[in-house]
Amino acid sequence: MTKMLMKGNEAIAEAAIRSGCKLFFGYPITPSTEIPEYMSKKLKEVGGTFLQAESEVAAINMVYGASATGVRVMTASSSPGYSLKQEGLSYLAAVELPAVIVDIMRAGPGLGGLGPTQADYFQITKGGGHGDYHPIVLAPATVQEMVDLTMEAFDLADEYRTPVVIAADGILGQMMEPVEFPKGSSKDLPHKDWAATGAKGREKVNVSNYCLTNEIGERNCLHLQKKHEYIKPRVQRWKSYKTEDAEFIIVAFGTSGRISETAVDLARKEGIKLGLIRPITLWPFPEKAFEGILDQVKGFMSVELSTGQMIEDVRLVVNGKVPVKFFGKQGGMTPAPEEIVTSFKAQFGLE
Amino acid sequence: MKKVFGRTKGLTERAFHYCPGCTHGIIHRILAEALEELDLIENAIGVAPVGCAGFCEVYFSCDMIGAAHGRAIAVGTGAKRARPENTVFTYQGDGDAGAIGLAETISAAARGENITSIFVNNSIYGMTGGQMAPTTLPGQKTSTSPFGRDPEVAGHPIDLPLLLSHVEGSAYIASVSVDTPKNVLAAKKALKKGFQTQMEGKGFSFISILSTCPTNWGMSPAKAIKWLQDNMQTHFTMGELKVKE
Amino acid sequence: MEEKMVFAGFGGQGVLFMGKLLAHAGMLAGKNVTWIPSYGPEMRGGTANCSVIISDNRIGSPTVDEPTIAVVMNGASFDKFVDKVKPDGDLFVNSSIVDRTTDRNDINIIKINANDLAYDNFQTSKLANVIVLGHLLAKKNILNKEIIFKAIDEMVGEKRPEMVEINKRAIELGMSV
Repeated sequence: MTKMLMKGNEAIAEAAIRSGCKLFFGYPITPSTEIPEYMSKKLKEVGGTFLQAESEVAAINMVYGASATGVRVMTASSSPGYSLKQEGLSYLAAVELPAVIVDIMRAGPGLGGLGPTQADYFQITKGGGHGDYHPIVLAPATVQEMVDLTMEAFDLADEYRTPVVIAADGILGQMMEPVEFPKGSSKDLPHKDWAATGAKGREKVNVSNYCLTNEIGERNCLHLQKKHEYIKPRVQRWKSYKTEDAEFIIVAFGTSGRISETAVDLARKEGIKLGLIRPITLWPFPEKAFEGILDQVKGFMSVELSTGQMIEDVRLVVNGKVPVKFFGKQGGMTPAPEEIVTSFKAQFGLE
Repeated sequence: MKKVFGRTKGLTERAFHYCPGCTHGIIHRILAEALEELDLIENAIGVAPVGCAGFCEVYFSCDMIGAAHGRAIAVGTGAKRARPENTVFTYQGDGDAGAIGLAETISAAARGENITSIFVNNSIYGMTGGQMAPTTLPGQKTSTSPFGRDPEVAGHPIDLPLLLSHVEGSAYIASVSVDTPKNVLAAKKALKKGFQTQMEGKGFSFISILSTCPTNWGMSPAKAIKWLQDNMQTHFTMGELKVKE
Repeated sequence: MEEKMVFAGFGGQGVLFMGKLLAHAGMLAGKNVTWIPSYGPEMRGGTANCSVIISDNRIGSPTVDEPTIAVVMNGASFDKFVDKVKPDGDLFVNSSIVDRTTDRNDINIIKINANDLAYDNFQTSKLANVIVLGHLLAKKNILNKEIIFKAIDEMVGEKRPEMVEINKRAIELGMSV
């Protein structure tokens, strides 16, 4: 396979097309705009459809309509746009529709700025829209992972009948790195017999969950809850780096994850046994990555491009056994590896 | 004995939940008949709104998708773009298509989105219990315009079919009513023309149907029909407003 | 080997292209590479820059705060990056346009009158960027000429095949001065 030098955004778009994504509905927003641009050029070649929607809200609801008919569909946006999409996310989750939603995060709150951030962690992983639900959330750290995880996202969406979110940041979206495109997956996925395709030769279907009987409402919610519990142990992904003998561990995803990998190497040069857990699924949070190492570790530090959001999930897993510290950058800034090491040493009294 | 009238196959066996005198029932029936007569029951994909007609998904015997408030046309757009071979319609109220989903409605018309949108205008929010709608008439009392809609404060009602008839991309726009047997037949004809417009690939079709809400208007069904004739039919532009050849 | 580079100038000087070409060549040479542009409305304000890392190792942080090599094609970029270059690092200056100086004596300043060379040899300023890149390759042993030429074949050849030869000549000119 030959390598290509590609922007993260374009790599996601190309990977989606190679995964059989036939429709894209979106609204341009920096720093994710290359995704709709790429789709507008390339989807036609594979007999697909690109449509620029009148709004983020319309776009996600078009995704909902297309997914309800059983086709693979995607949308992409950046933080302020993702906020607007939350309505549709809730509906997709409620009716259990597969779809892939990309959030190339930029600095907030409000209009904020265009720089990279991870401050959408809460709104992506904790539902975000109304009601109890979680999309599966995948967090790439390289352009190659943007390809691999986009392809996996479509399979996961179909397998579990759920929206799947690719959570990256402006750096990953804008960055070019060499990538290879693996062959599309040939996973055996469930037949979409729930899709609205015209009631020919079968009972009609209703792709809907509207219900004014509380008892049925409860049943629907319990069904979703059970599904979440089913997904949790099966979908956890992460990368551990030098954790085998680690006395301290950084937990960081995406861009801050790859920067922290360098920080680990710097600390090791100073003789500090530091390791890294890089969550790849943000929901479900990779609790399994912590199994067996909680007894060997003296402390954790969550490194994020936010004021500390994922740290809450880290603390839930660590459950008070050892201290969990935090280092973060905000507003579009990224930390240098040296800064991470300095903060780590200061917070754990290792100077 | 020769059977001269029967229940349309376009409707399921479920009994309507609509209030006495509400014309949603009539509109459901003529829409279902139109689907049956055009042989669309096995082909159509309908999109249900939020509002009184939110449960229409269980009444029509074609495949249905339930949409968020105001998003039925966006959902219908997604379905149609995914499956152009299916006939796609939305069934929406005045709040859904004329207020919270107005951007979706106008944008779909401008795109010439090849779907059929049925707009049921009863000049009030029925499901939530009688609040002001984008189509509430000046002076009309509702629970959020208790002294009568004052255009100085609450603005003017939107004549949505008239507005859409001016949007390039719309193909068939009609404003009809179901207040008399004659008008019911005309409304059904308009629905069929809307579907035919879509089947011929001409673009966006929109059929506005004036409807009563005796419960929230606080009137008897008969008086409600009279009020519709005296107030709504005189305020909103009626008839076929645009027919693209 | 690891070089952290910044290419900066105003819009139209082809600084993003310089970086991409080098990153592409790095990829062909089997190195790890990253390329990040300054993105968003900043671009429309007239200045543009991109960061390129070429490394034998996995690249952690893809951002470049302290470049080992900076290429500045205009005065504003000189001002922006002159103090950021790492001690012992190199600052390549397009001296046809930039007349600024610095007090720093812990970095190497390499001047090249790229616009003049481009005008004199190709009757256009458009190739100034490629000339500077050629000069950089001659001074810094990052990648060889063959790999750059291959990158030109692939990147330029795909969209504007008629421009391949002149780009190669611009690289050679930059290397020879």
